[in-house]
Amino acid sequence: MKIVMAIIKPFKLDEVRDALTSLGIHGLTVTEVRGYGRQKGHTEIYRGAEYAVSFLPKVKIEVAIPSDQVERAVSAIVGAAKTGQIGDGKIFVTPLEHAVRIRTGEADADAL
Amino acid sequence: MTFAHPVRAGLIGAVVGIAVAAGFADVALAQAAAAAPPPKIDSGDTAWMLTSTALVLMMTIPGLALFYGGMVRKKNVLATVMQSFAITCLMTILWMVIGYSWAFSEGNSFLGGASRFMLMGMGVDSTVSAAATIPESVFMCFQMTFAIITPALICGAFADRMKFSAMMWFMGLWSLLVYSPIAHWVWGGGFLGGLGVLDFAGGTVVHINAGVAGLVCALVLGKRKGYGTENMAPHNLVLTVIGAALLWVGWFGFNAGSAVSAGGQAGMAMAVTQIATAAAALAWMFVEWALRGKPSVLGICSGAVAGLVAITPASGFVDPTGALAIGIVAGIGCYWGATSLKHMMGYDDSLDAFGVHGVGGIIGAILTGVFARTAINKAGTGLIDGNAHQVVVQIYGVLATVVYDAIVTLIILLVIKAVIGLRVSEEQEREGLDITQHGEVVQ
Repeated sequence: MKIVMAIIKPFKLDEVRDALTSLGIHGLTVTEVRGYGRQKGHTEIYRGAEYAVSFLPKVKIEVAIPSDQVERAVSAIVGAAKTGQIGDGKIFVTPLEHAVRIRTGEADADAL
Repeated sequence: MTFAHPVRAGLIGAVVGIAVAAGFADVALAQAAAAAPPPKIDSGDTAWMLTSTALVLMMTIPGLALFYGGMVRKKNVLATVMQSFAITCLMTILWMVIGYSWAFSEGNSFLGGASRFMLMGMGVDSTVSAAATIPESVFMCFQMTFAIITPALICGAFADRMKFSAMMWFMGLWSLLVYSPIAHWVWGGGFLGGLGVLDFAGGTVVHINAGVAGLVCALVLGKRKGYGTENMAPHNLVLTVIGAALLWVGWFGFNAGSAVSAGGQAGMAMAVTQIATAAAALAWMFVEWALRGKPSVLGICSGAVAGLVAITPASGFVDPTGALAIGIVAGIGCYWGATSLKHMMGYDDSLDAFGVHGVGGIIGAILTGVFARTAINKAGTGLIDGNAHQVVVQIYGVLATVVYDAIVTLIILLVIKAVIGLRVSEEQEREGLDITQHGEVVQ
């Protein structure tokens, strides 16, 4: 099992969700986050006063999936979240040791 | 305030003088009455002035409260709107007690008298010579709304850092020691009106007055903690847009209401107000677009307010072409005031009370002397009609106001600073005025 964590542009969230659903992956967790990468930030100007905003709003999605589906899931996210512009985000994959469904007590693959 | 009144007041005075000289002879009094029939209360004028009074009150609450509230950081929004609201209440009571009397009752050329202390003698039927066709109660309330918005404008200069208690003391003292005298100088029979200074709706009395007081506040209080290094971007410009729009609409009561009648002069004041405002908003927007790359929402709103400020003294004297010129100059001039002058001089006039109201007020006061047309108002002849002297008179009015205002404001601030202090502590400033001054927060 793996955790796929993706930082994406907020307006791409629905497309990413649809892409994962079409793969049969049901269930993901979304967090509104702020951060920066190569995009750095942007500058806002109010009556001549310039403010550098270094942390831009992004959306972080986390989804737990069986190891054999990881590659398809990652390419689905890339396909859906890509605009080709700087600031599209990143995807991180990490191992997942154990999972439990709280309602039934099912464990690991059955819990996903 | 039309400039027929000093003349009319003079005539009435002369007539009364003659009557007194005649030993109160009944015949002389009867002749005087026949020569100048007392003007009757006009229902049309009264209806318009009731409406204007409500419109000008709306400029402060909620107009100015939202305009300023949207521009501060979220932790200070309640404190900012509270300032406008509390000033509205405080000025109402002070105006009733003595402010109105000092500004508008008979006195000397510097200050009015105490004959209207607690509004004594203001009955249902009483009128004043400055507004003979409406009840005095309406005139008093209309003027009260000006006495409310003027100190409220100052708040923009010291946003985010003044103690609420110090703010209340300052505003109360400033209203009585600065606003009432200067209103008397220009409108209440004082020396500036007597010299022929043209200020139709308050360029000098309201805007230069508030702007300069704001500048002195910004200098005495010092900068906000983190000014120039931390992000102090406005937290909600939608509030600011709503506030600016309410100011614009309310300003028809301010300018067209200053005709104190419902007729051609009010109509022309409305027209030139609309034109100058739009011109200044566009001027600011295009200058910013050219220099900074984007036409900002805060920019177009600021430009509109700059135009409203600048047309205020001119609104009863200029024609539409003059209004267009005043608007364009004000839009560009106030853009410079709020973006360049402030940073050049290094003071933290947080919401540009001086940059917009001070600079715009001075531009408007001087350009009134340039663009006043005799064809619009017999009381005002400007440079454009060949009277260069009017510009000199206008500059004199500006200087007298600036000097008196700056000195007295400085003294009031220093006294309050010595007694209770002006600023919140650094820790309170970091935490925000909403929670530390008022115990409330906006989520």
